[in-house]
Amino acid sequence: MESFDIIFKCALVVVIFLISLVVAMYSTYAERKIAAFFQDRIGPNRAGPWGILQPLCDGAKMFLKEEIIPTNASSFLFIAGPSLAILTACLGSAVIPWGQSIVIGGHIVDLQVTDINVGILYIFGVVSLGVYGVMIGGWASNNKYSLLGAIRAASQNISYEISMGLSIIALLMLTGTLSLKEIVAQQHGWHWNVLTQPLGFLLFIVCAFAETNRTPFDLPECETELVGGYHTEYSSMKLGFYLFAEYINMFISSAVMVTLYWGGYNYPGMDWVLAHTGPTLGPLIGVAVMFAKIFLFIFFFMWVRWTIPRFRYDQLMDLGWKVLIPLAIANIVLTAVFSSYIAPLIVSLFK
Amino acid sequence: MESLSNKRKLIESKPLNFWERAYLPAIASGLATTMKHFFRKPVTISYPEEKREFSENFRGLHSLKRDENGKERCTACGLCALSCPAEAITMIAAERQKGEEHLYREEKYAAVYEINMLRCIFCGLCEEACPKEAIYLDGDIVPADYLRKDFIYGKDKLVEAPLNQ
Repeated sequence: MESFDIIFKCALVVVIFLISLVVAMYSTYAERKIAAFFQDRIGPNRAGPWGILQPLCDGAKMFLKEEIIPTNASSFLFIAGPSLAILTACLGSAVIPWGQSIVIGGHIVDLQVTDINVGILYIFGVVSLGVYGVMIGGWASNNKYSLLGAIRAASQNISYEISMGLSIIALLMLTGTLSLKEIVAQQHGWHWNVLTQPLGFLLFIVCAFAETNRTPFDLPECETELVGGYHTEYSSMKLGFYLFAEYINMFISSAVMVTLYWGGYNYPGMDWVLAHTGPTLGPLIGVAVMFAKIFLFIFFFMWVRWTIPRFRYDQLMDLGWKVLIPLAIANIVLTAVFSSYIAPLIVSLFK
Repeated sequence: MESLSNKRKLIESKPLNFWERAYLPAIASGLATTMKHFFRKPVTISYPEEKREFSENFRGLHSLKRDENGKERCTACGLCALSCPAEAITMIAAERQKGEEHLYREEKYAAVYEINMLRCIFCGLCEEACPKEAIYLDGDIVPADYLRKDFIYGKDKLVEAPLNQ
């Protein structure tokens, strides 16, 4: 590996880390602003023009708040909880391909931190680790409400991970690879996986809502019953980390959905654009397209939040176990039958 | 029983059909509803910069009026204080001295006139009680403040600006 590659990878890591933090930071602002628009209000508009300095003020406030560790809490785990939550939230971005190979100063480099051949498994591993942050934090607080919230979070995440994994299997049967780079490369132009896997995508997005603890699956932190759920005892930036982790998770899961189902950096007519803009600018347009798709998904997350009320706990479990898992299995069977019997039949008819 | 108003509606609860049980069409229509609101004009008024229009008979901050020559109308008769159901008004009367004719319309005037804005209920009875048309609740909303004592408004805040200004 040349020294240029090493420097580029390090720079890419820092840039992606910064981008996920900034996107998460401004997601809090976007959430408040979008909530306001949905409710016929204006939203935060005092800090800076249109309130764009609001996240900075909120961050400063979080840092300046008094930090409280309850007497009976296990202080090591109490601190480990939010740290783990934000760490696992940030880890997921490592395998996402943000763009095509790009030529910088005569070097061809990938806009992806690492292309491991089990990319999807890595994402799933990191996502399942996320529940530890919540679980440890809720348990270490030594508080009934926190523990209830943590248990709800754990059982919810475990239940929905199953159907999420099953919905991915059908996709993997079509792509034949676990590497995210290759999955995106297969969706060149407009051949997006959502066209062949609409049911799989629907299952995946429902599970993504559940995994990120977003409405209508925000039971772990419902204020009405659990006074905040697993982060009841948290204050200052430790609370900030939990809230922040949720937004980073939202960004990463949007990126994963775009990568797996909505063609990543691909868009119709990309070959023409690439031929006319050159090997440096062309891939960057792809990156912009990728981010546009991600922002649309983040907007969708927020749109749903301000539309749908929260599930009751038994409804949540019913949906997870009795609806999504059978549907995911049916989707696997349908995909298998279609790709091995019906698709060759259609192809042979047209020959 | 027969409905006389013809407004009664019979509601029957049918079991949900397949699409209703699938929730997704309902969720889509819900999303459409919220999206309609997304593009609607916000109803918010950014208060200090922008003010809502009041009705003509809005009763706000009191003002002590002057007559057409710029003299204070109030004669400190105390009828407003007497009529006030919240006991918000108090005053000290004084006699007009020589050379003060351009300030006060009649021989007696209010040397001190105070309204406690925390007590005032803005009923407008002082306005109705006044025989000299000296007090009107034609001002703005009473602004917020930090201390209780700052809500006791004296003549400096209540009397209208002199004519020549």
